[in-house]
Amino acid sequence: MSTVLQDPLAVETPNYLNQEYGWKSWLFTKDHKRIAVLYIISITAMFFIGGIFASLIRVELLTPQGDLVNSDTYNKFFTMHGIVMVFFFLIPSIPATLGNFFVPMMIGAKDLAFPRINLLSWYIYIAGAAFALAAIVLGGVDTGWTFYTPFSSTYSNTFVITAAVGVFIAGFSSILTGLNFIVTVHKMRAPGMTWGRLPLFVWANYATSLIQVLGTPVVAITLALVGLERAFHIGIFDPAIGGDPILFQHMFWFYSHPAVYIMILPGMGVISELVTCFSRKGIFGYPFVAGSSLGIAIIGFLVWGHHMFVTGMSMYASLYFSLLSFLVAVPSAIKVFNWTATMFRGSISFDTPMLYAFGFIGLFTIGGLTGLFLATLGVDVHVTDTYFVVAHFHYVMVGGMVLAYLGGMHYWWPKISGRLYPEGWAKFACLLVFAGFNLTFFPQFILGYLGQPRRYHAYAPEFQVLNVMSTAGASILGLGYVIPLIYFLWSMKYGPKAGDNPWRATGLEWQTTSPPPTYNFETTPIVTEEAYSYHTQKETHVG
Amino acid sequence: MADTHSTVAEHSEPDHTAHSPHLRHHFDDMAQQFDSATLGMWVFLLTEIMFFGGMFGAYTVYRAMYPEAFASSSQYMNPLYGAMNTAVLIVSSLTMALAVRAARLGEQKVLQLFLILTMIFGLAFLVIKGFEYHEHWVDNKVPLFGGHWDYSEAPQFARQAQILFCFYFFMTGFHALHMVVGLGLMTTIFMMARRGTFSPSYFTPVEVSGLYWHFVDIVWIFLFPLLYLIGRTKKLI
Amino acid sequence: MHSIPSVRTYVIIWATLTVMTFVTYYVAQIELGAWNIVVALLIAFFKMMLVILFFMNVKADSPLTKLFAGAGFFWLILLLGQFFIDYLTRTWMPEGTMW
Repeated sequence: MSTVLQDPLAVETPNYLNQEYGWKSWLFTKDHKRIAVLYIISITAMFFIGGIFASLIRVELLTPQGDLVNSDTYNKFFTMHGIVMVFFFLIPSIPATLGNFFVPMMIGAKDLAFPRINLLSWYIYIAGAAFALAAIVLGGVDTGWTFYTPFSSTYSNTFVITAAVGVFIAGFSSILTGLNFIVTVHKMRAPGMTWGRLPLFVWANYATSLIQVLGTPVVAITLALVGLERAFHIGIFDPAIGGDPILFQHMFWFYSHPAVYIMILPGMGVISELVTCFSRKGIFGYPFVAGSSLGIAIIGFLVWGHHMFVTGMSMYASLYFSLLSFLVAVPSAIKVFNWTATMFRGSISFDTPMLYAFGFIGLFTIGGLTGLFLATLGVDVHVTDTYFVVAHFHYVMVGGMVLAYLGGMHYWWPKISGRLYPEGWAKFACLLVFAGFNLTFFPQFILGYLGQPRRYHAYAPEFQVLNVMSTAGASILGLGYVIPLIYFLWSMKYGPKAGDNPWRATGLEWQTTSPPPTYNFETTPIVTEEAYSYHTQKETHVG
Repeated sequence: MADTHSTVAEHSEPDHTAHSPHLRHHFDDMAQQFDSATLGMWVFLLTEIMFFGGMFGAYTVYRAMYPEAFASSSQYMNPLYGAMNTAVLIVSSLTMALAVRAARLGEQKVLQLFLILTMIFGLAFLVIKGFEYHEHWVDNKVPLFGGHWDYSEAPQFARQAQILFCFYFFMTGFHALHMVVGLGLMTTIFMMARRGTFSPSYFTPVEVSGLYWHFVDIVWIFLFPLLYLIGRTKKLI
Repeated sequence: MHSIPSVRTYVIIWATLTVMTFVTYYVAQIELGAWNIVVALLIAFFKMMLVILFFMNVKADSPLTKLFAGAGFFWLILLLGQFFIDYLTRTWMPEGTMW
């Protein structure tokens, strides 16, 4: 990897970090880059809070008996883990951080279309997080992050309204981010930046934004109706007056299935950037990778019933949703094949971002394939609501999404902070994450297949060995998360200065200084080349 | 790739003489700013379509499940109030469209007049709604509050009719909330108009507020038949 | 920016909308069986199109705006349609009921 010779006479260039100081310049900023940093700090905090609940879950599951806490408390652990991780980490993660920072730069714009709405979306996120934290502090919620009625609407004695309000508010943050990206990509591309030249990271965030805008309002109204039902002690989901619990699930999953594509698509966008840069090669099949993002976004709205196969939904609807769930795997597979073809005959380097990309491709494939098992009606009847499902979604969300987030953070850290992270420690942490992750979640596939149900604080004694392995893996995984936090912070003061383009990557964001100036580009760039034009780069041998 | 990496100069004081004072600096020109604002409002309206749409979807499912109970409840709606409210909103959409037109033409006084009229009609809608809610309260058709539900004329529908009335109050309630927000928007636009903010080269806030107002009208255009008019021919009670 | 519709156009649209409101009110009093709801929704759809095309000026807008306006209603159809793929087919099995 290129090392940058330190010029002892180099002065800190004016950039978005040093041009203004003081809390007001941060809390009232309109700069998308500063807002991205605000988001990075907030979602990292929420991630570790969600992680604490994960740790509590894994500690309880060391023993077959429910001996650490009672079942009500355990219900609160997995509920808060789910709510915090899904709504306050995974949904905003890449779009609000890396997307906010780099989408405008990648298209040659000075900022997003609506900078003040961008800042508003962060404040709204903080307000939502405040409600979620309030729900935790007041005593928690025990409905599961899925808020199924009538338990959530009538029978639960926990702080459902507080949590639902938090999720409702956070949904608005998500909607505003998506709205901003859509208008920005349509209206603010630099001259020459045609749709066909957009970096795939932009395509991925655009597709994600479509889902955010079309799906989130439905979960918003659904949770609002649950909240109103709790407040008025009557509502449309109340079985006593003829309400249908299945209708709640239809309404909830109409959003929550596309939501998982909100979570994974930006990660896939990151992988496209990493695979091309660290194979020194243009993406194989650009139109197919771009189109597959849109395909996932659209087909993703046609599959939600696969969460409801055993609820009493019509068998014919189950057939429909099963078939479409198979279909939605196709665009994802197209991406995996195209990334692999990109690497073929490329010049591969094994820097940390690329290691995370490798991890993503392997683990996402496993997660995705096990999703097909779950889409198969006969198999799903056996493994639904078991740890098989838990393992499946953690493979795609952690093995996929979190690895993509970490890969992207390492890749763009020099640009965001102007500093290099320590590569040795980074590789070590990556190894811990990969090993810890697999040790945590692979046994859960076996446990689920053997019949351990999810959301139970006790289990049959013969499952203990695998559960202990899982908890051991979780400890290693946790360490793997903490180490980057430490060295990223360390690098801000002590890391070597990164040059403008330490990875010699293509892309407009690498044409500015690290960190970039507040206005991104002194003059609007004019784009004349296709994306990922590595083949026209001059070969320079790094000493 | 265009080489934009030059030595970073200090960002000089922007020259305001060449463009409208309303141009935000991350945009290249006013046309881009206007196009972005209107597209942004349409994307927002898309979210509103899905927000109300969720309720319409749930309503439709229950109507299909309990057609007679739902039809019976329309006997307790006052279609005259509903029709009046529909007419009031349609007129307010007319005055709103004329307000946007006035803004485009730079007719300041006409703009202010039509904004006021729009607000008056909006307020009239809410007043009529208030009367309606009061009548339902007096008639004991408000299942949301204990002791205010009485369906003894048609006890066979009493359970499921509560679902319909929950939808009635939630759907018209969220709609009324959006009307209140609309009135707030109109007030803000009116204040800006009074200060002479708008001209043929800058009327974006009027345009996008108009889009929002028309959308709220459209929601009511669908609420009216669904809540008031279905099943009026059957004597179910 | 595009042409500004005349006052006359706006007033004609308003008059049409008001007339359609009367029509929908009176048709609702006539017994048409299952067609009552169809007629009511068709009239509502027609009124909505008038508001969108003329008051919201989508008729003169770019294809992009038309696409986004249409996408919203298309997505609503996706929501409703897929709900009913479940509810309407429950009765296809002998013991199945919608509720």
